[in-house]
Order: sequence, then C-alpha cells, then structure tokens
Amino acid sequence: MSTSPLIEIKDLRIRFHGDDGRITHAVDSVDLSVANGATLGLVGESGCGKSVTSLAIMGLLPKQSAEISGAIRFDGFDLLQTPDQTLRDLRGNRLAMIFQEPMTSLNPSFTIGDQIIETILRHRGGSRKGARERAIELLRRVHIPSPERRIDEYPHKLSGGMRQRVMIAMALACDPRLLIADEPTTALDVTLQAQILELMRELKAASGAAIILITHDLGVVAEVCDEVAVMYAGEIVERAPVDELFSMPQHPYTVGLLGSIPRLDHRTEQLATIEGMVPNMAQPPAGCRFAARCPFVLDACTTAPPPLVEISPGHLSRCIRAPLELLVS
Amino acid sequence: MTTLLEVNGLVKHFVAERSLFGRALAHVKAVDGVSFSLDAGKTLALVGESGCGKSTVSRLVLRLIEPDAGAIRFDGRALLSLDADALRKFRREAQIIFQDPYASLNPRMTVGQILTEPLALHDLVPPVQRAERVAEILRLVGLEPRLARRYPHEFSGGQRQRIAIARALAVEPKLIICDEPVSALDVSIRSQILNLLRELQDRLGLAYIFVSHDLAVVKHIADRVAVMNLGQIVEEADAGDLFATPRHPYSRALLSAIPVPKPRAKRSRIVLQGEIPSALNPPRGCRFHTRCPYVIERCRSEMPQLVPDGIGHATACHRTSELPSSAAIVPSDGGFSPILEKLVAAFSGGPEAARGSGVSPLGTDPG
Repeated sequence: MSTSPLIEIKDLRIRFHGDDGRITHAVDSVDLSVANGATLGLVGESGCGKSVTSLAIMGLLPKQSAEISGAIRFDGFDLLQTPDQTLRDLRGNRLAMIFQEPMTSLNPSFTIGDQIIETILRHRGGSRKGARERAIELLRRVHIPSPERRIDEYPHKLSGGMRQRVMIAMALACDPRLLIADEPTTALDVTLQAQILELMRELKAASGAAIILITHDLGVVAEVCDEVAVMYAGEIVERAPVDELFSMPQHPYTVGLLGSIPRLDHRTEQLATIEGMVPNMAQPPAGCRFAARCPFVLDACTTAPPPLVEISPGHLSRCIRAPLELLVS
Repeated sequence: MTTLLEVNGLVKHFVAERSLFGRALAHVKAVDGVSFSLDAGKTLALVGESGCGKSTVSRLVLRLIEPDAGAIRFDGRALLSLDADALRKFRREAQIIFQDPYASLNPRMTVGQILTEPLALHDLVPPVQRAERVAEILRLVGLEPRLARRYPHEFSGGQRQRIAIARALAVEPKLIICDEPVSALDVSIRSQILNLLRELQDRLGLAYIFVSHDLAVVKHIADRVAVMNLGQIVEEADAGDLFATPRHPYSRALLSAIPVPKPRAKRSRIVLQGEIPSALNPPRGCRFHTRCPYVIERCRSEMPQLVPDGIGHATACHRTSELPSSAAIVPSDGGFSPILEKLVAAFSGGPEAARGSGVSPLGTDPG
C-alpha cells in the first residue's frame, strides 16, 4: 500500500436547500481516506448520508439544491473544484460506480454491448471492433456465460444477478482506480450475493483498485472490507479496521447495530433494539446526534457536539464515553 | 400439539403465453406438488431464491389465488371447498403482512380507519366500542392510541409495519403469513419488528408462515423451515436441525452463503455455478441438477421424492446418504467476546431490565 491515499475527503459538508426554504444537513464534517487496493465500508441506515457522500465524490449531486463544501482529493484533483468537462473524463474512467438497482440503471433500449462499448469509446477511443472485443472480454471476466452471444442482448433478457454483473463489467471497462459500490448486493439472493462478493474480491486482487462499499449489511462488510466507517445522521461516528470494529466497537450506535442482527451461533430471545428516531436534520441537535437514543447518555452529551477522537491506533469514535469497555467492567 | 394447517400436493401453474386463440402455450410451474403442515402457535419459514414459489404458496394458503390441484385443511376444514360465506369466516382466522409497508396501507385512510375496517367488516365489535378496541390493538403493537388520527405517510417504515401488523391482529387470527416482513426495514428497526412478532406469538398463540430470503432472520424466528427450489420443497426440518446438519446440496449452498458479521469467519462457501433455471421449463429429473456439485446420471432423469427420516427431517435428494459431512457448512460467527456481550446487554437495558419490544414509548412523535 502506498503512503498517500488514493482518495482523501476533508471536512465534507453537504446541505440541501428545499423548495420550501428548509435546509437539511445531509453530511457534516466527514473525513475519509482510502489507500490504493483497500476496501472501505461505509455503513449506516437510510438517510445517514452514506449515499449522498458517494454521489458527491462522483459529482452527481444537483448543483441548484446541494451546497457542498470541503475537499475531495483524488489522483491530483480536488473533485469539488474540477470543471464538469474534466469530471466527465474521470467518471466511468478512473472513477466508477455501481448502483444498487441493476434493474433501473441499465438503459432498456440499448443492448448491453452498446452500453459497455460506449463507455470504452468515450474514454479510450479506438475502433468499434476493438471496443467490442474488450466488452466481450469484460463480460467473461464477470463470469457471464457465452459472452459473445450475450453482448447483443437487451437488459430485460437478463436476470437480476446477470444485470448486476453487467453493471460491474461496465464499471470496470476502463480499469478504474476507485470503484464505488452502492449496496451492490442488496437486491440479490444470498447465492448471487455470494457470487458478486467473490467477484469483487477477485477483481480487487487482479487490478489493485480501491473500493468504497456502501451498505447497511454488516455481514457484507465483514466479508470484504478492510476498514469501516459508521455514519449516523450525516456524521461519521466510528471508524476502525474491520476486525476491531466487530470485536470491540467504540460507539454506542455500532454496539446497537451489532446487537440487533440475529446471530447464527446462538439463539437469543430478544434482539437489541435502538429506540427512538433519527433526529430531524433540518435542525440537528446541539450535542451528540445519537444522544436521544443512547442508553449511555450523560448530561455532557447533549450540550456540545463530541469530537471524533482516536481511542486506539486507527480506531476513532465520536463518543465522550469511549472506551466503552470501561462502562461494563 | 394440534395441527392448524395441512397442505397436500399443492400445484399452481400460471399461463405465461397464449396463442392467438387463447390456448395456453407455456406455463410457469410456480408451485409443483408442495406439502407441509403447521402446528398452532408455531412458525414455519419458507426459504429459497426469488421465483422459487414461496410467495405463491403463501397466497394459495389464503386462497387469494386458487390452486390447480391439491388440498388445504385449516383447523379441520377443507379450505378449497368453502363457499363464499365460510371463506369470509376463514379470512378472520388467517391474515397476511406484506413486505412493503409503504404500499400496503391505504394513504387516504387514517390509522384508526384502517384498523376499524376489519372490525366492522367481520362485525367483531359493536360500533361504540370500536375506538376503544383500536386503541387496545395499537398499544399491543407498541404504538400510542392517539396516533389513530394520523395518516400512514406521517409514520416511519418501522411504524408502518407495526400498523400493518396491528391490522392483521385486529380480527384475532390464528395464522399470520409474514411475506418478507422485515426485508424493507433498516437493521435496528428490523430487530424491533422481529421482537414484536415473537412477543405477539407468545402472548396470543399465533402461528406464522414466515417467507424470507434472509436466513439469519429465519434461524432466529422459525421453529421449522422448508427450503424451496423451483416450485418444490427440497428439504424440511426443525430449524435447529436444518442449520446444524443441512442435507440437500441446495440447502447447503444457501446456508453456506449467509454473510456473517465476523471478519474472516470460518466458512466453506459453496458458490453455485450457473443461472437459476427458468420455471417455464424446469430441468427434467431433479430440478437442482443443473447447478448441483454432486449430480449423477440418475438425477438427470428421475425426480427425487421428499423422504422424511425418523426425526422428521425430510430431504428430496437421491444422494442424501452419500453426501459428505455437513459439518462447518453453516459459517460460524463465533458470537461476541464476553465484554461485547455485556456491552450489548447494557445497551438493551440489561437482562433484568429487558425492555419489551412492543410496548415502548417509541416513536411517539413521528416527523
């Protein structure tokens, strides 16, 4: 792994201006970095800001309503300051993204071959024949059977798992340095999920690309990630190497998430629950955003926002009660 | 234990394509000879990949669609021969909760109206007492009675699923079919609903048919599990038994693929090669043979029967007795470390202060 990260996000803030004048704080002071060849898991529940963060990296947020500040450094660029023309050269080329819905993110009126070839011609140029050969090769790499025939089919002819593989093939068309996968396996059955995760691991090993995997499934995170950032209400509340996060989480929200998953190894009568609701992000609370739902809350939690501090090397938590093991020993 | 539901040789073929003159040209064999039984107060889970027929089975059991063949006995009555009147009575006893709580509640009705409708339809409670009964049902699922005046859009996903459960409970059913009830919910909300379903089962003696593709959830909630592939049950067993010693190669592949929340978990994942065959034209012989790593010649021609052993673990595979040991197929998540165990318990309020999943002050103020 090289010393300087491939992508570095500094103090990213995203606010949405609604039609009614309401301002929603979608993402607040997010710092992240991913090294070459590493996989970062971005975990959190609906509305926590994980997908918005990824769209900001890709430059896909609407300019009229989204107010973005901070810096996203990638490959010598600050993506937030990069003109659209340059961004278009980066996207689908060195920066690629796989979306959650393989059903809706392919164009139904073009064959899958056309769609992959378009990407290759746009960024690499060359002949259509060469691009077609590369597209077939890509389909083979993602284990699509008889790719010479499949390349001329329309998306509706393919199953969900196949479409997701086509999406991956398209994302890989120009050997991206960074691949963002937004819930790539959520819509799939476990058997297909296993195939797709296997494929992502294979591809990472072969190309050395970095991956940001966005998911709410901690099982998937444990399978493929090296490092994990947990987001809650627009902030990163915990960041740690994957082993540490699962063995000794340092934020109460992460503890709640881990406790709420049914385990295979022992049968508990009651799963942990996180009571209450996510705060209204038009007026985020003054103190810790998780305070209202936290069983370990102190008065101090509600007065000032807690900083993200390092508990042990590489393990950061935004909780003034960390290290949490002190609470139970 | 009394048997509540008995299903025998259920078949449902949908017409996929018709000729110009309306003759059926192709059938989807959605359900093809499914038999199982369910005891009162217990949970049977139906698992399998999309398109395996698990949702069709659940709709057939409710007679929301009519089967082509087979028999269903519910509480001693032959369900398929009920007339309209008797069928309406049956509907009181069997209810369904759907996956998407956003789509399954009428946006133009208040929660109170949604819950009053079944009471009025079956004339269960005199009109003057209905409001009170609605309040009672809302409390049962952990919502405050004053929320009855609100509309579905004012609630979060988890709360809406609670309302859907409340609607099912309103008629005091014996059986609730839960069709992927937590798949659309976030992890923390999911655990609330699972706890609630369990608590209600204990309190009210409900039987559940739980349709799900999330196997960790199934292990948590089910007493018995039936694994389906292309319209047929390939294995049926007690949940503990199935997860300890899965027999059918398809069950093994499914269970081995469960992602577990433990990095570098011990596992021997069986990755199935090839695509799921189409239910329009299922393979001859064993329907799993095109993807089975243990396939032999016999599997291609002869369909295996679902054969139970002495302890009620049934498998439909010619090679059941020859397959390698099933040890270490289900990945191990190793549980929590003692300290994390304590921390999770403390998070949930500790064992002595175990909070009820249902009746909590949760979400009293949506929006």
